[in-house]
Amino acid sequence: MRRLAIFVLMSVAAFAADPPVLIQNATILTITNGTVKGSILLQNGKIAAIGDRVMAPPGATVIDGAGKYVMPGIIDCHSHIMAEAINEGSVSVSSMVGIPDVLNPEDIAIYRALAGGVTTANILHGSANSIGGKTIVMKMRWGKDAEEMKFEGAMPGIKFALGENPKRAGNPAGGRGAAPTNARYPATRMGVEDVIREAFNDAVAYKASWDLYRAKTARGEVAIPPARDLKLEPLVEVLEGKRLVHAHCYRQDEILMLLHVADDYGFKIRTLQHVLEGYKVAKEIQERGTGASTFADWWAYKIEANDAIPYNAAILTRKGVLTSLNSDDAELMRHLDKEAAKTVKYGGLTETEALSLITINPAKQLMIDKRVGSLEVGKDADVLLYDGHPLSNFSKVTKVWIDGHEYFDLDQDVEARPKKELEKKALIQKAAAENRSFGGGGGRGAANNTGGEPNAAPQGVPQQ
Amino acid sequence: MKAALLFAIPAALIAAPGADDSFVLKNATVHTMAGAEIQNGSVVVRNGKIIGVGKNLSVPKDLKVIDAKGMQVYPGMIDAATQVGLIEINSIRESEDTTELGKFNPQLVALTAVNPSSEHIPVTRVNGITTVAATPEGSLIGGQVSLVHLDGWTTDEMGIKPHAGLQLRFPTIALPGGRGGGIDADPSSPFAAARSYTTLKQAYDKEIAELNEFFESAHRYKLTKDAKAPGFKPDLRLDAMIPVIEGKEPVLVEARRERDIRDAIAFADKQKIKIILLDPAEAYKVTKEIKDHNIPVILGPSLALPLTEDGNYDQAYKTPLALQKAGIEFCFATLTGGSNLASRNLPYQAGQAVAFGLSKEDAMKAVTKNAADIWGVGDQIGTVEEGKWADLVVTDGDPLEAQTQIKLLFIKGKPVDLDNKQKDLYEKYLNRP
Repeated sequence: MRRLAIFVLMSVAAFAADPPVLIQNATILTITNGTVKGSILLQNGKIAAIGDRVMAPPGATVIDGAGKYVMPGIIDCHSHIMAEAINEGSVSVSSMVGIPDVLNPEDIAIYRALAGGVTTANILHGSANSIGGKTIVMKMRWGKDAEEMKFEGAMPGIKFALGENPKRAGNPAGGRGAAPTNARYPATRMGVEDVIREAFNDAVAYKASWDLYRAKTARGEVAIPPARDLKLEPLVEVLEGKRLVHAHCYRQDEILMLLHVADDYGFKIRTLQHVLEGYKVAKEIQERGTGASTFADWWAYKIEANDAIPYNAAILTRKGVLTSLNSDDAELMRHLDKEAAKTVKYGGLTETEALSLITINPAKQLMIDKRVGSLEVGKDADVLLYDGHPLSNFSKVTKVWIDGHEYFDLDQDVEARPKKELEKKALIQKAAAENRSFGGGGGRGAANNTGGEPNAAPQGVPQQ
Repeated sequence: MKAALLFAIPAALIAAPGADDSFVLKNATVHTMAGAEIQNGSVVVRNGKIIGVGKNLSVPKDLKVIDAKGMQVYPGMIDAATQVGLIEINSIRESEDTTELGKFNPQLVALTAVNPSSEHIPVTRVNGITTVAATPEGSLIGGQVSLVHLDGWTTDEMGIKPHAGLQLRFPTIALPGGRGGGIDADPSSPFAAARSYTTLKQAYDKEIAELNEFFESAHRYKLTKDAKAPGFKPDLRLDAMIPVIEGKEPVLVEARRERDIRDAIAFADKQKIKIILLDPAEAYKVTKEIKDHNIPVILGPSLALPLTEDGNYDQAYKTPLALQKAGIEFCFATLTGGSNLASRNLPYQAGQAVAFGLSKEDAMKAVTKNAADIWGVGDQIGTVEEGKWADLVVTDGDPLEAQTQIKLLFIKGKPVDLDNKQKDLYEKYLNRP
């Protein structure tokens, strides 16, 4: 009991440790309620006020926002940072595994994403499987542990994948990631459809066995429960609308195929991911209320991306599809704002529509829009401060708050560098003195450095 | 009737070249990149070349006048190393012509494999990129970099300088990339031996020795050739090395880390060759040596992650400014790791450097004038000046901003269609019932 009391006190203390923050004289891009020239108050983890004039509460940190811009934290609907493993590629239905089990809170990609304005990310399983693993929504609370970074109450998800990636393992000459031996079904888009249908065929039967058992026990009958099936459980959750489907796809034929499969089994595809030919079937996507999460201008890296166009987000938006831009990459994740700017050029979205692609729209897709995605009183204080308009290539993020707590400050980052350099030097000298050989790579955070270059310690290894 | 009309259109276009590469662009703000911008300026173009730039110019009566009131005029941008034209679809081996077999291929010329019909060409140029340095890849010497215009019926028409420089990926103590890559700290790891520093260092030393030997053999070859001995048979590989060892043609040296950059400079000193550094991510640590040796730098993408886990998050954003402050001549390239997707985003790579302190003027110069000078074609392209090709980008704003629209585009004075496959698909599917 006493321990509990202390725990409560401590959490209150931690909460109280963040003084209110008032940003004045700024241009505030609320996304949902236009632009406000004035102030925004962050208090108790929430946005407490937005207006021409807001009084500073006692103890508030006041920031002069003259010439600066404030916008909601960026939400990335497709990322693999923090994930210590991406693909369980040995089977084409891997719904039994999940990214929530392999989260590394010390991945430096989190901090780098923060510095680029990302405050929430949907962390997905890879695309090697027709039905991949479970997914999770995380806040970029750098410095906290993985449990504390989870977006409280966010719906869990599951990754599906169509097209080249899931069929690659079925084709021994399939190129990157192909299985050298033991070709794995499927090897075609037809096979991908079948794998998904077979899985939901099983899931429906499995659900029926549990429904029967529950009905019997509800009637007071003695019944033997069915054996749990960890692969089918998440699919039953999909059928029951308790788990969101995020489906990797490229070509219009496979997109339509998945929409039909979902229709037939009575579930929804929450988001089509990448969906580079989504613009060709925007009508069919819109009719089902399915969302689209795409790239601004990636194309031609494989044949299924050959008809990708940078106008995709604009067409989908114009045709009424809830659309977002995602990164799928630790580097791209750092400039989703600049990616959004491209949709103004390609297809003529308005500035607010462009910014919605990385804020309120992904929030709606992940069903977290009551909490995040726009600057509204009562929403989480996930807020970015820019030194210019966020859609300008000449602007940058200078401060980031999540739940009203400051997680990134450009000036502090720069100030801390000389000290970090000294610390690194001292550590290297110590190691050298102990005559230890060590190198980088394999380090936990290094895994997400998509540059692929591990962390070398040039001074630590013998010079040539 | 319809068929006749369709036939008539291309026929008209064929008649056009030569006729419409002469004109006057009037009333624009001209950013020459060779001095102050000119308000209400004109650019006079005849037969594809600029014959006058300035205010209140006397305009030959026979020239067509294009009123560019309220518009900005810039020289076409130059992607200083890319594989546009050499790869169509990255994952399809058959559509890729960047990397030949073998370690030493100085005789290969990129221009040979630039596909004038590549979809990447119209997609790239509509963002204001009018010239690229088509760059082969290879380990160690991949071939000759070719400067090409992004317009032309044939490679002959596109080529500006087929032998612009020799691509060399400098040996490095290669840390295997990717997950779990790197030198193995754990001696019990099954990969420990293959990844040990000693093994990697041996491989590196071997490559350095091979490289030196190849250059030495070029010197010996030159002596034999110059001696005009009877029965002399030309060697195409070594012949291609002569302009390099004579210091007439630069070597484009890809060296990313500090140690590799220092080694590359030492190698250039030893072999007495001219080099250009490509994608030297850690150039900011070696600015003094680079400046002292007067070595130009072609930076890789500034939208790039730090090389090391503990690197500053904004290092790649700030490196251009560090080079500018050190007085090093630099430009930008989108090439790294074989990606040809990003060439159209060249201006945004420069824009990111502006967000972190580089002036807009210096950033714009980097993607135009500097790139032309570094590749030795500054007498032909890179600025809006008399005597140069009329590679002109007419915009409604700063080309380094993503929202800016390109309104008109000229390559060698010829108006270039702003349509491409992607725009066609856009219009087709936007109007799908």
